Amino acid sequence: MTPLIELRNVTRSYGKGEAEVRALDGVNLTIAAGEFVAIMGPSGSGKSTAMNIIGCLDRPSSGQFLFKGAELQGLNNDQRALIRRNYLGFVFQGFNLLPRTTALENVELPLIYKGIAPEARLSVARAALAKVGLQGREGHDPSQLSGGQQQRVAIARALAGNPSVILADEPTGNLDSHRSHEIMLLLQALNRDEGITIVMVTHEMDIAAYANRLVVFTDGLITGDSPVKVAA
Amino acid sequence: MLWETVRLAFRAIIRNKLRSFLTVLGVVIGVAAVIAMVTVGQGSSAQVSANVASLGTNVLVLRPGRQTMGPGPREDAPQFTLRDAEALSDLTVAAAVAPTTTTAATVVFGGANRSTQITGSTAGYLAASNWQLAKGRSFSEAEERGGAAVCIIGETVRQSLFGAGDPVGQAIRVKSVSCTVIGLFSPKGAGSFGQDQDDIVLMPIRAVQKRLEGKDDVERITVALKKSVTAERGTRDIQNLMRDRRRIGIGKDDDFSVTNMAEIASMLTSINSVLTGLLSSVAAVSLLVGGIGIMNIMLVSVTERTREIGIRLAVGATSGQVLTQFLVEAVVLSVLGGVIGIALGLALAYGASQFMTIPFAPQVSVVALAFCFSAFIGVVFGFFPARRAAKLDPIDALRHQ
Ligand SMILES: Nc1ncnc2c1ncn2[C@@H]1O[C@H](COP(=O)(O)OP(=O)(O)OP(=O)(O)O)[C@@H](O)[C@H]1O
Ligand SMILES: [Mg+2]
Repeated sequence: MTPLIELRNVTRSYGKGEAEVRALDGVNLTIAAGEFVAIMGPSGSGKSTAMNIIGCLDRPSSGQFLFKGAELQGLNNDQRALIRRNYLGFVFQGFNLLPRTTALENVELPLIYKGIAPEARLSVARAALAKVGLQGREGHDPSQLSGGQQQRVAIARALAGNPSVILADEPTGNLDSHRSHEIMLLLQALNRDEGITIVMVTHEMDIAAYANRLVVFTDGLITGDSPVKVAA
Repeated sequence: MLWETVRLAFRAIIRNKLRSFLTVLGVVIGVAAVIAMVTVGQGSSAQVSANVASLGTNVLVLRPGRQTMGPGPREDAPQFTLRDAEALSDLTVAAAVAPTTTTAATVVFGGANRSTQITGSTAGYLAASNWQLAKGRSFSEAEERGGAAVCIIGETVRQSLFGAGDPVGQAIRVKSVSCTVIGLFSPKGAGSFGQDQDDIVLMPIRAVQKRLEGKDDVERITVALKKSVTAERGTRDIQNLMRDRRRIGIGKDDDFSVTNMAEIASMLTSINSVLTGLLSSVAAVSLLVGGIGIMNIMLVSVTERTREIGIRLAVGATSGQVLTQFLVEAVVLSVLGGVIGIALGLALAYGASQFMTIPFAPQVSVVALAFCFSAFIGVVFGFFPARRAAKLDPIDALRHQ
């Protein structure tokens, strides 16, 4: 079976000449559909850079990135936007909800760009909010929600687009440990019950423990890749 | 999708009421200025045309002294006499002749008084200047010849002296002369220069010469030509006659002028349209400045909303969709400003028309043009900020604080 995500000898460098920084220095990584991968590593080791490439927000300087077996190097920005729209969901450390916009409208956002009719959009968005346990909060602004609730809205927004993959860069970085575990249980359930592939960056071992597989980055290289044994 | 975008734009505008208002203020003022200028200009053109009609198109005015334009002393030339006027009325081209002299005076009736213009002329004045009588009668021949102390008054004078009362048959005092009102003119309204034409007291010219001024001057002679006579032919016949009467040798210039009132009116019309054009272009420049104001705020808005743009790009918006969103927002804003400006401009024009007593002449084409132009401003000045938004890199935009 073709893997969902495949990085082949991917490099990504910033700057030129003397000032060149190699954020990724030849990364090979294969992720199959249905996996729950945690990425760890010291600060500056290239985790976010790799996530951006997998998320079709950035391109490798060299090497290949294959999504569902297809090489994406030649795609233009709009074609990448279509891949994000149809297959990917993002969860960010800072939640990244639109301010002064209700939870429901935030979740509707990807559906608007998918061109889904207003009534269908509403029911999909409501269902997504219900799935993350936020029924009854549809009309709340982000400013009226706790951090954990905001992150749930963000997960609902990622879910609404019916993605194959959810990319989460430090999703619990701004949450206390109690909320963090709630969010992780939610992600774990989505992976287990809906079969959504999850790739997550984290700095905490007990968060990484929710995944099935742990990938370790050091200085732009993968220096560890093993199944996670400890169940939470 | 576009409707969706328009809806979103409205939401964004309402979310920031004060800023949106300040953003469109320039467009509001620009559009209002253009609409007001053009509407008032049209109104005063209509007024000038109405005045042309009220003058009568076929009227020539003779003045002593050479034709001069603008300021500067008129050269000394002999005055006209009443005999000149009689000679002119014998011309076949003349339908009516009105020798005229004017003087300022205070008129009094009971406790009321008014400073006004006393016009001395003949019954021919009514025909030559297109006056109608609302009440009473014109001068009799005997009154004209004898310089009787009688007068016909205009509506403005009637109002200030008599209020609601009937003036005909009453005696008013003009300077120290007691003068019987024998007629009342139908109102004419404002003249080409905005003057009140109804502020008039007409007396027989001999009465003004003898009783008020004490000299025999005739300031001007107005000649209404017969309908079939062209202004050129009338002018030529009058010039020939007057040169003869004033003994001007061959090869010498006229020492009097003959002015065609229709020409003056058309000159006024063109001055009016030039002025309107000029003021409108000044207003159009302010509209342009308003557009730049929109661009300015939209650019700030793009910077402020960088993170929002990043989020939209991450969830799958194409750069075209981001471009459309910001463009639509700019267009909705400027069209909103345009609509407010149109309303404001029409209100201003209405007020000005009332004040200047000219017709209120709003024009659908001008309003439609202003509307389209404000949308156009939105597209032009919204495009640059929108393109900047669309060109943002999603990673940079998401990282923006
Ligand atoms: N836009 C950029 N321009 C220049 N250098 C960059 C840029 N983005 C990342 N880098 C560099 O690339 C390297 C990897 O950055 P990256 O953000 O991937 O690290 P990370 O593993 O996510 O770190 P953290 O755990 O702190 O989030 C760093 O040295 C960083 O300075
Ligand atoms: Mg990072």
